[in-house]
Amino acid sequence: MDSTVDLDWRRTIHPLFRTAGIRQVAYVPDAGHTALIEACHADPSMRTVVLTNEAEGMGVLAGAWLGGQRGAMLMQSSGVGNCVNALSLTTICRFPFLALVTMRGEWGEFNSWQVPMGQGTEAALKGAGVIVQRCERPEDVVPTVEAAAALAFDSEVAVAVLLSQRLIGRKKF
Amino acid sequence: MALDRRHAVKRLLADRGDLLVVSGLGSPTYDVAACGDDDRNFYLWGAMGAAAPIGLGLALAQPSRRVLVVTGDGEMLMGLGSLASIGVQRPANLAIVVLDNERYGETGMQRSHTADGVDLAGIAQGAGFPIVATVTDDSELDRIAREIRTATGPMLAVIKITAGEAPRVLPTRDGVDLKNRFRRAIGV
Repeated sequence: MDSTVDLDWRRTIHPLFRTAGIRQVAYVPDAGHTALIEACHADPSMRTVVLTNEAEGMGVLAGAWLGGQRGAMLMQSSGVGNCVNALSLTTICRFPFLALVTMRGEWGEFNSWQVPMGQGTEAALKGAGVIVQRCERPEDVVPTVEAAAALAFDSEVAVAVLLSQRLIGRKKF
Repeated sequence: MALDRRHAVKRLLADRGDLLVVSGLGSPTYDVAACGDDDRNFYLWGAMGAAAPIGLGLALAQPSRRVLVVTGDGEMLMGLGSLASIGVQRPANLAIVVLDNERYGETGMQRSHTADGVDLAGIAQGAGFPIVATVTDDSELDRIAREIRTATGPMLAVIKITAGEAPRVLPTRDGVDLKNRFRRAIGV
């Protein structure tokens, strides 16, 4: 790999998951996570768990940790509101929690229905006791996800990395 | 016919072997605690709807052990979507027992959806669970107690129970301790 930043940041997260020892990847699909979901699917050391609702993810990852495995959660900003009460499990038991959240409703958004939850995502996470870190540029992704994983698993806290809509690119309609 | 909840849970946990147990908030947590505290019990005091998903993550992480989720009809109804997620993963070592009194017991015995015919075993079957059962007597209870330990799941059994309240047996509410002692007990 080039010593400069890999501008295709989408390919950079899966190797970080491997290094962090992630074994279960719970997700509700999002276009911004497509490459990562496919890479996790293709990795025999990881179990991908597709959810009907993001709230299930707090349970699945808590169960994984009880059983000795590390997990991560992939979701879109619209799903954060679904997680609020379930996050009480994560925070009161201090389960390590690492979530990557692709953002909508903040950068040239076409679909106004995405705006309320997109604008409320950070406040909702912080209100539920989750530490929030943001990636605005491709070169932010590797150091931020790496540090967030260390924070989550070494300090046993809940951390969400927001992948900004500017980074991901506006959805074309 | 409906069974007494304490009698049913005591039967399921008798000679529990290496069974790992997750209990849903409210009476199922008290029922599991009433059988004797065990470090391999993870009691929920909140996060309604999370019992089955926790069982899923645990069963996937520990495929060589049997995982039993004991929860109530109201808690399971809040987590219905997780039955579909479990149907996709199909962990053979996961069993869910729903103690169904057709009531929201913790909040004043209001009627739940199952009182009007919503069939949780039927929903689990539709989600792809290979084994489902609705239990109304002791011989069926004995059968599912065996299946929890041996069957190729996932399985979901609804146990119809009477709506009376049993004396509360309250385990610790310290979530960090519940988590850490569970992990120590299974050596992870």
